Amino acid sequence: MIEGAKWRRWVYFYIPLGGFLIWLLFPFYWMLITTVRPDGELYRPWNAPNYTPFWTSNPTFEHISYLFTETLFATWLWNTMVIALAATAISLVCGVFAGYALSRLKFPFAGSLGTMIFVTYLVPQTLLFIPLADIIRNFRIGDSPWALILTYPTFLIPFCTWLMMGYFKAIPKELEECARIDGASRWQAMVYIILPVAVPGILSAGIFAFTLSWNEFIYALVFLSSPQEKTVPVGVVSELIRGDVFFWGPLMAGALLGSIPVAIAYSFFVEHYVSGLTGSVKG
Amino acid sequence: MARVLLRNLNKHYETFHAVKDVDLEIQDREFVVLVGPSGCGKTTTLRMIAGLEAITSGEILIGDTVVNEMPPMDRDIAMVFQNYALYPHMSVRDNMAFGLKMRKFERAEIDRRVKIASDILGIEALLHRKPRQLSGGQRQRVALGRAIVRNPQVFLFDEPLSNLDAKLRVQMRVELKKLHERLGTTAVYVTHDQVEAMTLGDRVVVMKDGWVQQVGDPLELYNNPANKFVAGFIGSPGMNFAAVTIERDGDALWAANPGMRVRVPDAIVTRLGPHSGRAATLGIRPEDLHIAGPADDAGHCFDAHVEVVERLGSEILLDVSVGPSSMVASVPPTVRTKMHETIRLALDPERLHFFDAETEAAI
Repeated sequence: MIEGAKWRRWVYFYIPLGGFLIWLLFPFYWMLITTVRPDGELYRPWNAPNYTPFWTSNPTFEHISYLFTETLFATWLWNTMVIALAATAISLVCGVFAGYALSRLKFPFAGSLGTMIFVTYLVPQTLLFIPLADIIRNFRIGDSPWALILTYPTFLIPFCTWLMMGYFKAIPKELEECARIDGASRWQAMVYIILPVAVPGILSAGIFAFTLSWNEFIYALVFLSSPQEKTVPVGVVSELIRGDVFFWGPLMAGALLGSIPVAIAYSFFVEHYVSGLTGSVKG
Repeated sequence: MARVLLRNLNKHYETFHAVKDVDLEIQDREFVVLVGPSGCGKTTTLRMIAGLEAITSGEILIGDTVVNEMPPMDRDIAMVFQNYALYPHMSVRDNMAFGLKMRKFERAEIDRRVKIASDILGIEALLHRKPRQLSGGQRQRVALGRAIVRNPQVFLFDEPLSNLDAKLRVQMRVELKKLHERLGTTAVYVTHDQVEAMTLGDRVVVMKDGWVQQVGDPLELYNNPANKFVAGFIGSPGMNFAAVTIERDGDALWAANPGMRVRVPDAIVTRLGPHSGRAATLGIRPEDLHIAGPADDAGHCFDAHVEVVERLGSEILLDVSVGPSSMVASVPPTVRTKMHETIRLALDPERLHFFDAETEAAI
């Protein structure tokens, strides 16, 4: 905390913090205000006499109801949710076990294997979708949720593995040794001792994986084509921008509603999530 | 309860030979302490007994069974770790019950054993707490309790007291001793603290660089150290060493250097005889030095220049220089002396030690 006179606290703490918050939250505010602004105000020129860009006097829900009645937004939400949850579940299971093995078991090339997994994470998705598209076509799972459920783990598993590796390394190995002396097999020691202790790490890996799949754009754009199969990021962009016409109200309403589940997920687990990232294990 | 037998035990890490040809028989109900500076192989030896490290060569027997390939869970041992290794997500009760649950004990039997162990250790009131809500001493007790409930054949302790503050450490040391008295379980205890080793061990194993230097009961190590390392390691403050030359003068032998000339007592003249005319190391413990009085033989006295006076209350430690070597003398608190004075010290000839200058083995 800043010590000394009150003005120092304002100058060095509250004012910079306030500025930072405004900078950070303004896009969300803009999203919100555009969502509830009627079309009449949205397309008013800047030099009109009652031009009020930062607030509105006639809030409306017409854009939201448009989204649910005139587009497949509810279906997109459902698709995104199913795909994100399934991809996260697959990636978490693989990532937790792989991370445990790479950080705890001694086997040849464990170190280089870990590095290789990380390198695959570094391959940009914008390149990887080309070979993946071929695979998707060969397996005939294009334009179905499976196309995404099975391809998202290609970047989620390396990510989860690395996050969990770091977390497992921070757990004292004596805990596990003690459990094994106490009569647990390696598997039991992992299930009863290491995994419960690693819950914050698993939660943060899960939240991250969920967010990444929820927001994913390029695979969803390439692998899905029918409107009823689309996810929120792709659906909103492809159905609400027609040619060069931007339907700003429904677009922003879609973006707002699309970010709410992620925001809920974060705020729900925020404490676990922070301690997971800082890797604190208190004995 | 069981004896533990180590036969020709070796541990190689990739390029490092950590434990070298360790042979040790630990009797049933015995409390054996492995002591040595860090990196001496004591913890590795303990971890091999526990089954946490693979053995490179040699054998370990617990009871009459060779356990070389046996996983830790089947060895019927309990281990207390330096950082306690309490399971942070479990209550104290669950921590203690975990080993029994893993071994499929009946609920009632688990409760009974946890009750007995927590009574012994005085932690009944803490059973519902989580480890993070406990102080260091309490955690230590829980870790002990977790070992006790199992009623194993052997207790293994890996520096269990070194994370406690000095006062608590002394207190827990006494409790450990009482606990062993009461339970009678064979125990192997690793520490780098020679005081802990001396107070707890029925026998003490001094290790250095992977080799066992000497095995013996505490007083034997103190009175008859096998080499210069053991002599310097056991005892606090450590033994004084002075490089001397053994000189023959008729029937008598003298140990001399530019600062002192000490007559070798008759009892060890024969042993020291072959070394006459050669270099050796003289060793004398601080408590075997005193201010010279009229009763002291001139051949056991020498002048010393006082450099530091440390008043500890029950005794005074004098850091003195004697010719080229520096020494510490422990004298009664009644002695009045000041820094930079020259005093005359006498040594107890029965308590002199001599070590070979090259091999450092006791002569």
